[in-house]
Amino acid sequence: MQLNGAQAVLKALEHEGVDTVFGMPGGAILPVYDPLIESSIRHILVRHEQGAGHMASGYAHATGRPGVAVVTSGPAATNMVTPLLDAYMDSIPMVCITGQVALPAIGTDAFQEADTTGITMSATKHNYLVTDVNDIPQIIHDAFHLATTGRPGPVLVDIPKDLVLPSAELEWYTPTGHDLPGYNPVMDGDPAAIAQAARMICEAERPVIYSGGGILRSRAAEVLLELAEMTGIPVVTTLMNRGGFPDDHELCLGMPGMHGNYTAVMAMQEADLLIALGSRFDDRVTGDRGSFAPDAKVIHVDIDPAELGKVRHAHVPIAGDAKSIIAGLNGAIRSLGGAEAQPDRTAWRTTLSGWQEKYPLTYEEHQPGERLKPQAVVEQLRDNTPDDTIVVAGVGQHQMWASQYWKFNHPYTWINSGGLGTMGYAVPAAIGAQVGQPDRMVWAVDGDGCFQMTCQELTTAALEKIPVKIAILNNSYLGMVRQWQELFYDERYSETHLDTLPDFKMMAESMGCVGFRVDSPEEVEATIQKANEVDDRPVVVDFRTLEDEKVYPMVPAGASNSELLVDPSQREG
Amino acid sequence: MSAPENCDLHTIVVLVENKSGVLARIAGLFSRRGFNIESLAVAPTDDERFSRITIVVDVSSTSIDQVVKQLDKLVNVLEIRELDPATSVERELLMVTVAAATPESRREIIDLVQIFDAQVLNVGFKELMVSVAGSPRRLDDFEALLGRYGIVEMQRTGKIALSELVKVDPTA
Repeated sequence: MQLNGAQAVLKALEHEGVDTVFGMPGGAILPVYDPLIESSIRHILVRHEQGAGHMASGYAHATGRPGVAVVTSGPAATNMVTPLLDAYMDSIPMVCITGQVALPAIGTDAFQEADTTGITMSATKHNYLVTDVNDIPQIIHDAFHLATTGRPGPVLVDIPKDLVLPSAELEWYTPTGHDLPGYNPVMDGDPAAIAQAARMICEAERPVIYSGGGILRSRAAEVLLELAEMTGIPVVTTLMNRGGFPDDHELCLGMPGMHGNYTAVMAMQEADLLIALGSRFDDRVTGDRGSFAPDAKVIHVDIDPAELGKVRHAHVPIAGDAKSIIAGLNGAIRSLGGAEAQPDRTAWRTTLSGWQEKYPLTYEEHQPGERLKPQAVVEQLRDNTPDDTIVVAGVGQHQMWASQYWKFNHPYTWINSGGLGTMGYAVPAAIGAQVGQPDRMVWAVDGDGCFQMTCQELTTAALEKIPVKIAILNNSYLGMVRQWQELFYDERYSETHLDTLPDFKMMAESMGCVGFRVDSPEEVEATIQKANEVDDRPVVVDFRTLEDEKVYPMVPAGASNSELLVDPSQREG
Repeated sequence: MSAPENCDLHTIVVLVENKSGVLARIAGLFSRRGFNIESLAVAPTDDERFSRITIVVDVSSTSIDQVVKQLDKLVNVLEIRELDPATSVERELLMVTVAAATPESRREIIDLVQIFDAQVLNVGFKELMVSVAGSPRRLDDFEALLGRYGIVEMQRTGKIALSELVKVDPTA
């Protein structure tokens, strides 16, 4: 079958099972947009290329399938750098197609030329500059393979314009294998190491399962549940694995780290064994590395061998896929006696439940006349939405409150920017999640600072009738920065006050959304109900929240996790 | 006398796909991760699809394990071998222009050239250009001995290395 390069790009995407792409046309990618009219692929026209990238990421988070973004060359490609790096840090499978100036023009500083592969080299798992039209089917096939296997990540394919013009023809072929001689991700863990890990687990007196985003990427939530229930070992779920183990489960300790709850943080500090499953000892989890979990031996399971020993020495490092290794671990523990082989851990359980009782997550009651308590808004959202609602956050205080106060009982219900900490992630990622899961309710919990970075995509959602819901916890500040200024910079609020403009309700309405503004606690629940009923366009709810509310607990930057600051009401003396 | 071996310097030999941009990926990885390259030599192998890169890495601030694992994540990298200096044969080429203004210094330099199995490549009215190939330590010695005459310009290639061969037939 004779195709031109543009048709081959679309056929290759269809062949990979792509149903939706997020993008925006422009000069160099223009030829690819012409056959798109006849293609079965749905195209979501964004208002800014960064939006396309985060939408693809939200789609991938919510569905497990790779998200695809298509944009043009130069500034469009540079606008894609943030979403690519965001997806790279959080191991999200994504494929990005960028237009490039024609091959003979490369290197001449042509109009809208950028060294896209050079610029994105450190923001992608791998990238390609296509130099022969005949390579298009194979490279796109390889790009999807790279994005979705091993440690997932974003892959970029840069295609010069002369290779997609109608004059650039090729004989279509369906690639049968991959041209990747240097790519062999390890999947199965070393059985000897798994057996050793099983023995260590059965001997540990104060073990903690430290579960990270790798659980969700490898779809290992079920085997994790089995491991925890068989051994009775408590589980902390990092910011990237909220929902990977049910919050309502008695063994769930919740989120550890800088804003983790007291029990999760201290359980890791006092543990004699950390069973790290798809987690990477991020600095936001460990605090000061030298004083982190000083007595713990470490079993570290990760699909990326470079994570093993990168930050913390692992006594038993196991490279491979979390799901397959945890299943192997479960078998090995079962053969040692399973639940029967576990030592008496009553003292450890008592310590943990004592902490849970003494230091639950808490905040002060709302006082009459005050603006809303942001934590209460999150709790009311949680209590007035379906159990499997997908929650999407930006970055900052609102993100931490959403992670702390929501109850995540299902995998793939929590989407946020963990590694890169990209403000503005929530609105486009929520749109992508809703496109991928049209039958589920999707609520973004956003901040007023984040919202103003990417809210132009609400127009996209309104025109596409994507009924995503946005709750802005609007405290008129860059809240997390303000919190640091209050605690560590003598309350000198340098450039964090955003004031009360714009009017988000009016702004939402002008973009084709339903807009609400909520000032008093009595209106919160009713407004959420009204928002839930909208199913044909986006809804924005501007919750006017307290400006000086802080996220607790908190480990000050650089401090030991043992110096965790709990809520002022829980402090002694 | 030779300077003691710097044990922070490790030699790794990396087999890569011979594609454009691969060297940039490796250089980018080193700078991004804060790894230090002491020297680097690249050339195609006997199979034109692949190139071999010999990198001497300074591991005083990072572990060689991390360097190898991060390199291995690059999609175009096929194979990485760490060469132990004790069991590998190393070679490097040095070219140097040295001041030889007086007949005595010219005579002494030519003596050194003979002792080191070096070659005079070019003769000027007050300078000599010489080259020597050998182990990096031998080149260090040669360079040190020429220093007193005044080095005008010098270039070293960075070392290349192969594993030492097995001396005894293991099946015999």
